[in-house]
Amino acid sequence: MSEVTPSSRRPIEDRPVRVVSARLSFLQQIRSIWRSRELLNYMVVSDVKVKYKESALGIVWSMVAPALTLVIYYLVFGALLKNGIPHFVIFLFSGLIVWNFVTNVVIPSTSVVVDRQAIVKKVAFPREILALSTVGAGLVYFVMQLVVFAIFMAIFRTAPQWSLLWLVPVALLGLVIIIGSIGLLLSALNVFLRDIKHLVEVFMQLWFYLTPIVYSYSRQVEPSLVHHGLSWLYFLNPVAPAVLTFQRIFYVHEYVQATTPGHAVLQVIPHWSTMHYLEMNLAVIGVGLVIFAVTMKIFGRLQGNFAQEL
Amino acid sequence: MLNAIEVDEVSKTFRIHHERHSSLKERLLRPGGGSHSDFEALRAVSFNVGPAETVGILGRNGSGKSTILKTICGVLQPSSGEVRLRGTLAALLELGAGFQPELSGRDNIYLSGSMLGLSKRTIRGLFDEIVEFSELGDFIDTPVKFYSSGMYVRLGFAVAVNVDPDILVVDEVLAVGDEKFQAKCMARISRLQNDGRSILLVSHSAAQVQTLCSRAVVLDHGSVIADGAVGTSIDAFRSVLHADTREVDSASPRARVEAVTTESGRFDVVMGGAWRGIARVHSEFAGDVRVVAAIRSPRNELLSATPISQGLVSLRPGVQDLSLQIARLPFLPGTYTLSISLRDADSGDSVAHVEQAAIIEITGESSSDGVFELDFDAKIL
Repeated sequence: MSEVTPSSRRPIEDRPVRVVSARLSFLQQIRSIWRSRELLNYMVVSDVKVKYKESALGIVWSMVAPALTLVIYYLVFGALLKNGIPHFVIFLFSGLIVWNFVTNVVIPSTSVVVDRQAIVKKVAFPREILALSTVGAGLVYFVMQLVVFAIFMAIFRTAPQWSLLWLVPVALLGLVIIIGSIGLLLSALNVFLRDIKHLVEVFMQLWFYLTPIVYSYSRQVEPSLVHHGLSWLYFLNPVAPAVLTFQRIFYVHEYVQATTPGHAVLQVIPHWSTMHYLEMNLAVIGVGLVIFAVTMKIFGRLQGNFAQEL
Repeated sequence: MLNAIEVDEVSKTFRIHHERHSSLKERLLRPGGGSHSDFEALRAVSFNVGPAETVGILGRNGSGKSTILKTICGVLQPSSGEVRLRGTLAALLELGAGFQPELSGRDNIYLSGSMLGLSKRTIRGLFDEIVEFSELGDFIDTPVKFYSSGMYVRLGFAVAVNVDPDILVVDEVLAVGDEKFQAKCMARISRLQNDGRSILLVSHSAAQVQTLCSRAVVLDHGSVIADGAVGTSIDAFRSVLHADTREVDSASPRARVEAVTTESGRFDVVMGGAWRGIARVHSEFAGDVRVVAAIRSPRNELLSATPISQGLVSLRPGVQDLSLQIARLPFLPGTYTLSISLRDADSGDSVAHVEQAAIIEITGESSSDGVFELDFDAKIL
């Protein structure tokens, strides 16, 4: 009962000065998040632990649940509506793995500040950590699903395009920045306007169909938009580039023979160069960083009132 | 000299929504945001806490005590002004506030430790001491949702005091656990004092502030009204409480309780003893009223209010003195408040009311927990 941590022995002149004031600069915000990185780490671990704590299969659910969703979409769009795409499971999984990350971040982070109000009202820590922890948990589930995806690819005897695998972290980085910023913004707004949570739940369904997951961008979207010069409109959806990139990496084939009678040749994946994919994802990262900066500004202004609004 | 805490012209304004508009429909229907008024919880509050100093904050309910604490801890941001802190800070605003009920005590020590700003390595070094202090033993691997409330606060306290902060902020949480644990908490606090930590303590109990603090700051209506040696500040605090006597229910000011005094001028009573006071009443009418007295605990819980069937007096216009008598005050030592109201004997309408008309300090020794002492005995028949 006698040891003293080194920090306490420091004379007062050497201690760091912390300022609690109405406004924090962007750099101060980033610095305070960086200082709380171990807390972020624990929050991610506890989020994942708590989520599967009481279930018998535990964390295995984070693999089983998306696999079951995949089966449902496969039955509806592949078997029932006969879209004719061969290895449709692989095509679907390439998009779903991205989409699952988006929902695993956006939906929980929208309500995270309200759900954890007990600590928001009583403990001081950078509030951004709450939304960021859902991003961390989303990444954990993403990795789990990547394992399942690998198993599926082995079963169906397909391989990703190894030479493009380096695009995975690039696309993921853009996605993390943009989706993380959206989650951060929604977590703050939901404190003041609780309808946001319900709106988001409905909007996510629309967003799903605005993303080329259960259909092919090249077959179903591009032909009708490109004539009007409107294909840029489709890419206002920040998830679309990541999904197309993942399909290019994991589904590989641009042209395939349809499984439907006649065996027509289908273009499933856009005919783009590697450079185009890289540029597209760098653009997402660039736009994402701008959105992140704006979000942090808004978050910084709103968080001062969290404790009194909850 | 450098200070551990510098509170510099901190103001905090709360917006009080008379109708809460947190749904979209209401916002759309009333884009103005509904009716609201601003409440200034803190008005340009400034004070410092030096290194190795223990400072108490005194104030009535709603004086801004908790708001200034939350601002210092960074839970609330000031509307203007700033707080500068030198060194690590641990706050005991609510014990175990950061706990995740589903996780084990072990996981929660790491989680709440890192919430207080500790590194994993530091927590690992403190872990055994925290478990020992909390007296949880083998329960440390049980999810905290299965803990009793006593176990929960013990773990919360153990984490907060063992993180060994440069600055410790304590909000009325020293009254947790059983007597043995309380003694342990107090011993730990005085050890932190001896080790040269800065401590900021908020308490309703003037007595507790007197024992622990060398200096005290008194807040009233969000402003600092006294900042000095603990004795002087406690006097200032008492006078604020007595000044309230003039705040009368203005609905029908047909009478006023102007002051409540005692013959000796002292407001301390030995536990179980009698209390006699004199209420100076200014009446604008002649008639029968009932005097109702209510006693509130240091935590502002109503302990007892006399029935309206007692205390009949006949008022005459003008100033008169009423004698008040409580034959026995059975409450445990502490600071209690007395409120007085006068009610019309026929209609029962309030003609005068004053909260905290007097502060009664009950002195003496007791080892009981709770609010009053039971005459209790057990033996084998």
